[in-house]
Amino acid sequence: MNLTLKIWRQKDSNTKGQMVDYKVTDISEHMSFLEMMDVLNEQLIAKGEEPIAFDHDCREGICGMCSMYINGEAHGPDRGITTCQLHMRMFKDGDTITIEPFRAAAFPVIKDLVVDRTAFDRIQHAGGYISVNTSGNTQDANAIPISKEAADTAMDAATCIGCGACVATCKNSSAMLFVGAKVSQYALLPQGQVEAADRVKNMVAQMDLEGFGNCTNTGACEVECPKGISLDNIARMNRELMKASI
Amino acid sequence: MSGFFKSSIGRKIAMALSAFFLMFFLLQHFAINILSVFSPDLFNEVSHFMGTNPLVQFALQPILIFGVVFHFVMGFILELKNKKAKGVSYAKDNGAANSTWMSRNMIWSGVAILAFVILHFIDFWFPEINTKFIQGDWSGLHNGEFRYYHELQEKFLSPVRVVAYVIAFVFLALHLLHGFTSAFQSMGSTAGRKKTLQTIGKIYSIVVPLGFIFIAIYHHLNHNH
Repeated sequence: MNLTLKIWRQKDSNTKGQMVDYKVTDISEHMSFLEMMDVLNEQLIAKGEEPIAFDHDCREGICGMCSMYINGEAHGPDRGITTCQLHMRMFKDGDTITIEPFRAAAFPVIKDLVVDRTAFDRIQHAGGYISVNTSGNTQDANAIPISKEAADTAMDAATCIGCGACVATCKNSSAMLFVGAKVSQYALLPQGQVEAADRVKNMVAQMDLEGFGNCTNTGACEVECPKGISLDNIARMNRELMKASI
Repeated sequence: MSGFFKSSIGRKIAMALSAFFLMFFLLQHFAINILSVFSPDLFNEVSHFMGTNPLVQFALQPILIFGVVFHFVMGFILELKNKKAKGVSYAKDNGAANSTWMSRNMIWSGVAILAFVILHFIDFWFPEINTKFIQGDWSGLHNGEFRYYHELQEKFLSPVRVVAYVIAFVFLALHLLHGFTSAFQSMGSTAGRKKTLQTIGKIYSIVVPLGFIFIAIYHHLNHNH
């Protein structure tokens, strides 16, 4: 496949960026999108040009590191996958592909397609955990009976990999699907009950402090989420916050 | 609780509460207006009751005005905050791939509704306030007859006004098609995502605005009656 790529180039966070056109040739349809980017970078390096910076780590769809807004969608046009699992067979020979960084004021661009998603870390630090004594006397988690439904729903919420596709997709750059998932995974389990009120209040306060926008229930985040995190988690977070505030 | 309504979630819950109130108001407004098609006398009597009842005039009316103003002002505040949160726009954004036009354009359907509300206030509400509160005429009479039905028909003589009303109600329908179920979601209920409430929402969002359109066109075509 031969492709035209329109890619956002930005030297650093202080420099204004712009879209730059590239031609890439001899791309196999079996390649992943990141492998196509590798090929392009090799071509750029061979020509003595600066390669394009993009985030990636496991390349197995589980770490949440890769990002990119491809042809107007987070992680590209396929569903239930991250960019590393997007394959070039989703595109046609001769296609023009637009590649941009995840956009949000709370996700500033570091370089090219790499954005700073540490706002998510700070939200997690604000309450996305349970306090357990790990001095050697920790109780076996399985000693507490949990219904299958609660365990499954909590696990579904816990599959969020914190990639930020929800924020990137949301027209308001809202982080509520991410925070809703992190609140929910504990709210559904007995271990999470002790700190439930403080957790939701602190995580929502940190989310607001980071400058994420407000959810308007478009549902776009749920569609684009590589892990299929449900909007039900946002509703649950809203209930949790009401319960904690009254 | 004090900080609750300052939080992003508190504000969306406040938007949803005002939306529920306005949707309930819209339903009762429609129920009264549709009477004008079937029975001008009954429409006159109900209008007179609503226009002169102290509970409606001095308790419900101020709450309604607060609800309307709050929903618009908070809507604009949240839109501005959301725009700021997005920062740089995408060169290519395929919103249609993951969401409805209605859900992405609530601010524009809202602006169209606001323009309509201003027109509607100039048409009906300001003259009503003038008659009752400035001129002190609470009789509801004109030449010895109830004036409400006559005033309604007179307004819809103008085809320009009828067209403006029809356009506004189309935008109202678009606003409600997302807003109805969205309000449930904001209140922490997943019921809005279930088929039953989605169907009720669709029926409400289409039937009520269509009913208002019917009323406007009906009085335009039947102004001699």
